[in-house]
Amino acid sequence: MARTRDESSPLFAGNAAGTLRLIVYLALAVVLMVLDHRNGWLWRLRYAASAVVEPVYRLAGLPAAGIRTVSVAFADRQRLTEQNQRLREDLLLANAKLNRMAAVAEQNQRLKELLDTQHSLELNVQLARVIGVDLGAYRYELTLNMGARDGVKPGQPVIDAHGVMGQVKEVLPTTSVVMLITDPAHAIPVVVERTGLRTMAYGSRDGDQLSLPTIPLAADVRAGDKLLTSGLGGRFPPGFPVGEIRSVAPAATGMFLVAIARPAADLDRSQDVLLLHDLAEPDGPPPPVSPMGPPADLAPASTTSAAVPATGGAPR
Amino acid sequence: MNRQRLSLWWFVGTLVFALLSMLVPLPGVLEPFKPYWPALILLYWSLESEDRVTLGLAFSVGLAADLLNGVVLGEQALRLCALAFIALRFRSRLRFFPMWQQALAVLALLLNDRILLLIVRVLAGASLPPASWWISPFVGAALWPFLFLLLDDLRARLRIQ
Repeated sequence: MARTRDESSPLFAGNAAGTLRLIVYLALAVVLMVLDHRNGWLWRLRYAASAVVEPVYRLAGLPAAGIRTVSVAFADRQRLTEQNQRLREDLLLANAKLNRMAAVAEQNQRLKELLDTQHSLELNVQLARVIGVDLGAYRYELTLNMGARDGVKPGQPVIDAHGVMGQVKEVLPTTSVVMLITDPAHAIPVVVERTGLRTMAYGSRDGDQLSLPTIPLAADVRAGDKLLTSGLGGRFPPGFPVGEIRSVAPAATGMFLVAIARPAADLDRSQDVLLLHDLAEPDGPPPPVSPMGPPADLAPASTTSAAVPATGGAPR
Repeated sequence: MNRQRLSLWWFVGTLVFALLSMLVPLPGVLEPFKPYWPALILLYWSLESEDRVTLGLAFSVGLAADLLNGVVLGEQALRLCALAFIALRFRSRLRFFPMWQQALAVLALLLNDRILLLIVRVLAGASLPPASWWISPFVGAALWPFLFLLLDDLRARLRIQ
């Protein structure tokens, strides 16, 4: 189909220069990628560019928001009534449970005071909204409409009504990016609710599952077991639901059991999430005490101050 | 003068629109079917107006896409550069292909693009994507004739270069 005459057409005259330019651009891209991957100074550029990026996110999120608004506006009365009724029942149930729980919580508080621990059941949270933006990278991330200006910090746990969703990975001035617990690069320390077995839950490649690859062979783990955060590592506070075990099988190596779990949180359906504010109290040795001694300004130090007494000058 | 300015705005507008459509989320089921819009639009312009599309333009569009997507800076710049280079190189042939052959060529380009992306991701330490990840180039190629005709038609109607 191609004509051989094309080979000699002026279009192909600049071949050498074109290839050279391609190589230069590719090299530039590779250098950028390496710099960015190594966590260089490029995040400053990103932070500065976020002034431009954020309005674009809002713009791109408009269709999703519009569909939501339209679906509310055109939802028929009956469906709204039904939904209202269901929510009312849920609220009633939740309130009843809470009332029963209040006594237990109070008792728990008293016992904990007796034990002199600092853990509390109170939650200090901030409500954030998920911006509907597709961030390409295999869908293990969410974008929230809160950022550094609202006091969000990297590492804050993110939960929804059903369980842990993930943690804040990157903070821009008015948005932040959340890494979900199903990200293959994410691991969360968990405890099996029924037996108290502690292990780790990793994200998985398929995107909507957790995998627990290091359960001892002798451990008692069954499908249906609930997983809670264990609070080890100090990133996630203890006691939040993480998921439910679906299947348990021996690993290919034969040294461990591998369990597959379903996340408890509605990872792809939640529109409102909670940002936990007080990070978990780290379990572990206390931080080293700062060295005691005379105040720093009395310390015999640098050459100038050492020279002053020698010349007999009065200290300032 | 005015006509020229209009055509420039049209050119920039389609590119911006491509970047925006890349960000717009789809329902979870449709997600793997989303084509890589910036590549398609850039391909169209590299076939239709060679003097506007250069490697530098592809690089900057890619950088903008990287910033918006929050992926490693330079990833899409690299991919779009490679894509634009191949498209510009074979431009005079691609232009005279019948539509179905052109669509096949676009499929090859988009598959090549995915392979590049896979290499970059794996080198950066990400895991292998699921099989549905490979659907997108086919959707892109299937959309190509319609996109091409639509953009050509719009351009003819607006009477711009």
